Amino acid sequence: MTAAPILSVEDVRVAFPVGGLLARDAILGVAGVSFEVRPGETFALVGESGSGKTTLARAINGLQDISQGSITFEGVRIDGLGRARMKPLRRRMSMMFQDPVGSLSPRMTVGDLVTEPFRIHGHGGRNLRDEAVRLLNLVGLPADFAGRYPHQLSGGQARRVGVARAIALDPALIIADEPTAGLDVSVQGEVLNLLNELRERLGLAMVIITHNLHVVHHVADRMAVMYLGRFVEVGETGTVFAAPRHPYTAALLSANPEPDPDRARDRITLPAEVPSLMSRPSGCEFHTRCPWAQAKCAAMPPPAGDVACHFPLSPGARPPPREDRP
Amino acid sequence: MSTLSISGLNVHFSTEAGSLHALKDVTFDVPERRIVGIVGESGCGKSTLINAILGLLADNGEVRSGQILFEGDEDLARLSRRQMQDLRGPRIATVFQDPMGALNPVLSVGRQMINIQYRSPQSRAAKAARAVEMLKLVRIPDAESALGRYPHQFSGGMKQRIAIAMALMMEPALLIADEPTTALDATLEVTTIELLKDLQATIGCSVMFISHHLGVIAELCDDVVVMYAGEVVERGTVRDVFRAPAYPYTRRLLECDPARQSRRTRVLPTIPGEIPDLRQRPRGCVFAPRCLERHAGCDTPQVEHALAGDHRARCNLAPARSPAAVPP
Repeated sequence: MTAAPILSVEDVRVAFPVGGLLARDAILGVAGVSFEVRPGETFALVGESGSGKTTLARAINGLQDISQGSITFEGVRIDGLGRARMKPLRRRMSMMFQDPVGSLSPRMTVGDLVTEPFRIHGHGGRNLRDEAVRLLNLVGLPADFAGRYPHQLSGGQARRVGVARAIALDPALIIADEPTAGLDVSVQGEVLNLLNELRERLGLAMVIITHNLHVVHHVADRMAVMYLGRFVEVGETGTVFAAPRHPYTAALLSANPEPDPDRARDRITLPAEVPSLMSRPSGCEFHTRCPWAQAKCAAMPPPAGDVACHFPLSPGARPPPREDRP
Repeated sequence: MSTLSISGLNVHFSTEAGSLHALKDVTFDVPERRIVGIVGESGCGKSTLINAILGLLADNGEVRSGQILFEGDEDLARLSRRQMQDLRGPRIATVFQDPMGALNPVLSVGRQMINIQYRSPQSRAAKAARAVEMLKLVRIPDAESALGRYPHQFSGGMKQRIAIAMALMMEPALLIADEPTTALDATLEVTTIELLKDLQATIGCSVMFISHHLGVIAELCDDVVVMYAGEVVERGTVRDVFRAPAYPYTRRLLECDPARQSRRTRVLPTIPGEIPDLRQRPRGCVFAPRCLERHAGCDTPQVEHALAGDHRARCNLAPARSPAAVPP
């Protein structure tokens, strides 16, 4: 039996108004997305820049209003709660932002930074100095780092401080936006190992946003591939990697550069023109770049489900690109 | 003749806490019409190296010794600010990590592409035609109308291609690309790499490609230079270095890449320890404190040993470990 989901996102849409003050036009940054995350599970969101990953994360965290759908966290509807009522929930759900150094105030010491959550949410009689030492210890930084400033930290150390801030209030869910972007491979391993160890030790659930597929392969239990604000494929990480069914997933996986100069590369090449959110393609929105698009793809939206495709790939098979693409 | 030939380059920065030895005895070549990858972790001196080549070191930085020979005759380390300015752009071009930062958001792409041809005596129409030609070369669809559009109207991958088009417009002898694909997702990364490869072949320039993404280096580059703590610790063809890494740091780095782990694992390998303080460099091997293969000989200064072909490694153990070692 599986545990009840800690987070469930149902048909969430995020609209951004465009044009002037009086214009009614809007673009959908997130265009109807549903998924669930269970306690102790790591869920990865993958997709190119502009596909809506960060907007979705901000919506879950209440930093971005949603225009439709619902977000339920620990059994409570949290969309549209407003700042004041959202605040106590933020203790249970923390966010790690993209830029490791930029997300830390340059004028605060590491000790102040890791205990800032207590100053915001109340420390319940805890000694902040002890808490700083405990948190630094938890993320593998020496206690004397408490006196340092962000500019004195390396990228990896700044990331660890970000992790310490995220786990300070014993959250149940961490949303990590590109936790390893810009980090070197060895440091990347350290940060991911740390997150994973904490996930196991504290039973955390995690939503990881990344465009590094190798990272997803190793850390995520389940994954979703985003394209133009929608999920095109959702599934168990191992299954998706072994046999991607949506052409976009297959193209992403085949494009993944590997450190082996002699590896034979069997790539699916996609035209680089990503459609604009202002004028979404008809039918299946991937048909303008899909090597296997057929007339039906331009005419009808794909069926709802784990694979949003009229003609999903069968495991192991990859037909030649179609000549009669619409 | 090599397009760029760097030998014995030492760069120091003066800081409040003393002199920081940022680049130590850096020696390598960027041969004509080759793509050379520079790989290493943050703090290994990649950016300092680029700035030293471009003559853009910060005021507290100084080239203490060594040569940066460009096209065989000019030593970039000795040129005046003015002379460097004449080289940057037409002869040595750069593409940076962030394409948005490289383009002016309030000017149309066409205007920017015409403006940067300010050295050319040609008419505005001819310059616009040249801009269109370059946009076509980097496969921007509908290049004529692209001239009238603004940077925010293009996707990240397209902006990076426009930046590449601008860098290659003057047909430079050397293109320095500093992590140009880091901000792109996997499919766009691969198309950008393939584009760079094609353009390099068409224009016939040499490319110095800086990255910490080992997969990209393996795919794009002919040669690779591995840097650690401001030193070149290993260099050679991509195949030699990736197939038979001779320096322990290179081996660890390759092991750390999650792409090399074919089996799914929850615990990824790392390199414990930190880069040494460059104000007090160790007397012996710079990687010794973190090295798993450490032995007594590591406390003496290491020299670069020639292995098979052009493969070299700055580890005194390398010749003994490498089967086809050439005695120094």
